[in-house]
Amino acid sequence: MIPETLRKELSDHCAHYPSRQVGLIYVLQKLQEHYGGWLPDEAISQAAEIVGVPEVEVEGVATFYNWFFREPVGKTVIVCCDSVSCYLCGSEKIVEHLENRLGIRIGETTPDGRFTLLPVVCLGNCDRAPSIMVGDRLYERVTPAMIDEILANAEMLAEGKE
Amino acid sequence: MSEKVLLKNIDPKNPQPVTFEQYVKNGGYEGARIALSKTPLEVQQIVKDSGLRGRGGAGFPTGLKWSFVPMDYQGQKYLICNCDEMEPGTFKDRALVYGDPHQLIEGMLIAAYAMQMTKGFIFIRYEYKKGAEILDRAIAEAEQHGWLGKNIQGSGFDFHLETHLSAGRYICGEETALLNSLEGKRANPRSKPPFPQIRGFLGQPTIVNNVETLCNIPHILAKGPEWYKKLGLNGNAGTKLMGASGRVKTPGLWELPMGTPLSVLLNEYAGGPSREFPFKAVIPGALSTPIFTPEQFDTPMDFDSVAKAGSRLGTACVIVFDEGDCMVAATANIMKFYARESCGFCTPCREGMQWIYDTVCAIRDGQGQPSDMQVLDDLSRHIAHTFCAFAPGAQDPFLSAITKFRHEFEEHIAKRTCSIAK
Ligand SMILES: Cc1cc2nc3c(=O)[nH]c(=O)nc-3n(C[C@H](O)[C@H](O)[C@H](O)COP(=O)(O)O)c2cc1C
Ligand code: SF4
Ligand code: FES
Repeated sequence: MIPETLRKELSDHCAHYPSRQVGLIYVLQKLQEHYGGWLPDEAISQAAEIVGVPEVEVEGVATFYNWFFREPVGKTVIVCCDSVSCYLCGSEKIVEHLENRLGIRIGETTPDGRFTLLPVVCLGNCDRAPSIMVGDRLYERVTPAMIDEILANAEMLAEGKE
Repeated sequence: MSEKVLLKNIDPKNPQPVTFEQYVKNGGYEGARIALSKTPLEVQQIVKDSGLRGRGGAGFPTGLKWSFVPMDYQGQKYLICNCDEMEPGTFKDRALVYGDPHQLIEGMLIAAYAMQMTKGFIFIRYEYKKGAEILDRAIAEAEQHGWLGKNIQGSGFDFHLETHLSAGRYICGEETALLNSLEGKRANPRSKPPFPQIRGFLGQPTIVNNVETLCNIPHILAKGPEWYKKLGLNGNAGTKLMGASGRVKTPGLWELPMGTPLSVLLNEYAGGPSREFPFKAVIPGALSTPIFTPEQFDTPMDFDSVAKAGSRLGTACVIVFDEGDCMVAATANIMKFYARESCGFCTPCREGMQWIYDTVCAIRDGQGQPSDMQVLDDLSRHIAHTFCAFAPGAQDPFLSAITKFRHEFEEHIAKRTCSIAK
């Protein structure tokens, strides 16, 4: 269930467009925040109801975009650019190092639910490669040596948010 | 370095948003003031006369594109700024948005006025969330000072602007996919025609322009088309943001005269090779363009010269490889991107990209068969026959890799190992 205030905010947001569906991406983004970073089945039904489109339409959208998750993800999502300029500057070593430190492969979530590690398309930061994002924060010219510090930082941020 | 126009207020190494006050102090909103004192068609004519060509990659003349929008249309028309910027190797729109948000807002206001569009969106990729926040603050400032909203500066013209934070996917940058995405749908491209100028967002006349394109507009209005035309070299109009990344000593972003030779960008600005190996290849227009080899490095970086030399200017952010790079492994990396980002709508692209990727990986890993080159040749042709420009964009670097570096592929197949990567 979602609080009535959130439902109203989302419904009003849709109402300010000539077609309510224009608000669907925003609605899913907000519901994902509400549900702790992912979209359970319940969120799909709620989005369908709020926006006024069939559930199948919402599911189609929720499974299309990189930043909608239909299964639980870690408290902190780490995305590593694996596009060409970062690749030339050693992104594969960065991913390998993160995999070793977290004990998971890229695409997975740590069993304690703290981190999810994913690849991402070029972050538009190619002159400072390799680039990764930890939560909303961009890190550039990342080296394996920097990763311990980055992970410690991420834990602090995640705890600070709670 | 030449005259700085778009980067006048921006340090591309550390872009910090210029406030409304600073922007105005440096001559900001003068272009808009001039535009509002002219008729919409006069503004369109000025942009036509300036010779400005779209910076989203295709280089279509901006004034001409605007002129396809019906001026007698009674319903709602929309102006959309494309800030998806997910083309690998490209990092120019980020600097413009993070460094000088009012420049973009002013450009959009003038464009909206020229086509009498009262609503606008800035479609921005998810990873530029901070950029969207910067824009939201700047939009609020512009509204406070009467440069957005109703009856702008007493002109009677209304323009409402908002940001749309995307949920992320490369294909959203293709303008018709972007329209579907903005409508809350899957970002599959639409067939053209009808072109967005006639039937775009929610079926209404719509213009989609790139961030850099729109950022040029205030300056063209403020200083005139004649001044603008003289900024480039050899008869090319304007400046161009150019980037260099990969195997260069000082990667970065610079504003240079349109038509600056690639070799100048590579050696004077980007500092030459970063390792002991000489340059081997450059992708001149970010990923989705044909690869250049050193005999093409003298090419002037403008739309027509790069096309004449067999590639495309694209986003003018160049990706550089040196003699220590294995082009088979590089091609595998490139094709992984296209295989993953294909929107899945049409079969040659959805299946073809993955097949190419798997085959190139096998060759890279010493598992290639002599018949694989035939497979790659065939697939390189099939991916040109697809629904949108995504797959032809993938074909460009791929076909040039298997043509120009065929010996590297053949050597991997014959020796079952790589002797190139350092
Ligand atoms: C696969 C694909 C991705 C694209 N990505 C972008 C992008 O991120 N930003 C952009 O401005 N144009 C992008 N384009 C080009 C747009 O479709 C469109 O031509 C452009 O936004 C028009 O703006 P302009 O006339 O100002 O150049 C892309 C095109 C394709 C085929
Ligand atoms: S070419 Fe690729 S990206 Fe374009 S519509 Fe077909 S599957 Fe989608
Ligand atoms: S290639 Fe990694 S940020 Fe562009």
